[in-house]
Amino acid sequence: MDEARISRHGSRARLWLAGGWLLIALLAAIFAPLVAPQDPLAQDLMLERLPPFWLSGAEPGYWLGTDSLGRDLLSRLIFGARIAFIVAFAAALAACLVGSTLGLIAGYFGGFADRIISRIVDVWMAFPPVLFAILLVAVLGTGLSSVIIAIAVIDWTRFCRVIRAETMGQSRMDYVENARIAGYGRIGIMLREVLPNVVPSIVALLSLEMGIAVIVEAILSFVNLSISTDDPTWGGIIAEGRLSIHQAWWVLVFPLVTLILTVLSFSQFGEGLRARFDPVLR
Amino acid sequence: MLLQRFLIRLLTMAITLFGVAVVVFVVIRVAPGDPIAMMLPPGATDADIARLRALYGLDKTIVQQFFIWLAGVVRGDFGTSISLRQDVLGLVVNRLPATLELAIVALLMALAIGGTTAILGARERGTAVEAGIDIASGAALSIPDFLWGLVLILLFGVLVPVFDISGRVSPQLNLPFVTQFYLFESIVRLRFDLTKDLLAHMLMPAVALALPLAAIISQLLKQSLKEVLDLDYVVLARVKGFSETQVILREALKNAALPTLTLVGVQFTFLIGGTVIVERLFSYEGLGNMAIDAVINRDLPLIQGIVLVFALLFVLINLSVDMMYALLNPRLRHG
Repeated sequence: MDEARISRHGSRARLWLAGGWLLIALLAAIFAPLVAPQDPLAQDLMLERLPPFWLSGAEPGYWLGTDSLGRDLLSRLIFGARIAFIVAFAAALAACLVGSTLGLIAGYFGGFADRIISRIVDVWMAFPPVLFAILLVAVLGTGLSSVIIAIAVIDWTRFCRVIRAETMGQSRMDYVENARIAGYGRIGIMLREVLPNVVPSIVALLSLEMGIAVIVEAILSFVNLSISTDDPTWGGIIAEGRLSIHQAWWVLVFPLVTLILTVLSFSQFGEGLRARFDPVLR
Repeated sequence: MLLQRFLIRLLTMAITLFGVAVVVFVVIRVAPGDPIAMMLPPGATDADIARLRALYGLDKTIVQQFFIWLAGVVRGDFGTSISLRQDVLGLVVNRLPATLELAIVALLMALAIGGTTAILGARERGTAVEAGIDIASGAALSIPDFLWGLVLILLFGVLVPVFDISGRVSPQLNLPFVTQFYLFESIVRLRFDLTKDLLAHMLMPAVALALPLAAIISQLLKQSLKEVLDLDYVVLARVKGFSETQVILREALKNAALPTLTLVGVQFTFLIGGTVIVERLFSYEGLGNMAIDAVINRDLPLIQGIVLVFALLFVLINLSVDMMYALLNPRLRHG
């Protein structure tokens, strides 16, 4: 019992820490023009490769230093958060909508619908996901909507597989049988009885998927295929940092730390939410 | 029964591959950019463009193009790369060994790291050691290979520059190899100086790929081990006087390994999928790196070939894991 209390304590702490970081990053993204100390696009060759504030040679106002074109790193990270969050929310929601719907249908109705959907999932799982994403964006043309569509097209299977399995389990339970005896229609049972019981899994997956979407966007930016090259993105900054790694390590370190914190937070936040919602775990 | 299972799996495998071929074929033909226009100098006439389109079969309808391509694939002819102007199959076969070696080294690392930490965690269950392993594996799992790669570049390429961060082998070395399996061949030829150089290049990308998989193996195997360790026959072995490590290695491990094995199969395909970006990150000359170039150059035949080879690899891995499971699982073996 002691162990259970400790782990519940731990999971609550994780939920707060993760949620706290995500809130800070989200607020920074929303109010980017107000909080960013500099113009993220302003180049100044007199200020190129300034180190972060605690090192000698740093300039006041450029807290995390500058890149090889003299652009302020902190401001670029703050503006990059905008694209990261837009992609995270939009892509994860789209993937969730498509995947959960198909998973619910496959799991609840079974039979022919399940066979078709499962076959499509099999085909999708045979693609290397990163290559598929790069291919889709190359085909759709770079831009925010292409990135969102590409991520949703690739990752709906994650929702579909989990929700299908959960729905199958729920469908065999007594309460579904009781609802049927009580005279509810099949679609009514699916939406009113089964769906609420798989929502905790959907929420946890949604949070996890947001983290994955942020990574995929960064990967696409890294291979120069995401948004236009002018707008700062975390992946784009990382790609620059990778090139000037021996001259200005901070250009790689700060976006990397930001990305890791964000991804960890999304997955921990999802886990924490699941633990709170799930009646069995609670 | 095993044979029947095998044949059914073979059939679904063929259907899956056909599906992949259709999807990739349709997707890349929606592309707005004209690969032929990119090949020719700006002053090319329309007639030149038309002639080249006909040469690459791009003047026919999509359905016709698909079946012409499919008929070729069945004969082992994947077409000609537009950007490199070489046989696609030759290009892919040339690059595949580099990717396979990287993936296998990463898999072995994941098994070693995951297996060791699982056994250690199970032996020290309920202690701070187990808690530490849980935290480490949780972090290793949540951070994807792309980010691990960048972390490793910073740590061991810049901060403490002990490893090479780009390429497959030092360019100044003279390579006596006749196959593209450099690592394997260097061992067979007893050229351990080359083995060392190859491994030094491979180590960081392999670790980046291995860490998330190692975490999954560690978590799952530890869980299975802990369940098995309470069973009667294990308790009996303990009573007989075996140490806890001996009990785990001799009695518990073989029964706990089966559920992990099935999972490793699927996860290994994810690892191979990860090679695409990790190879890019480390400028490792494998299939994934070539695939990204192919996409950037809109090299349709090459993209098709590479995606299909990846898909073939994935379904083959799933098939062999499924068969291995059937062979090892006593319930299925005698069923």
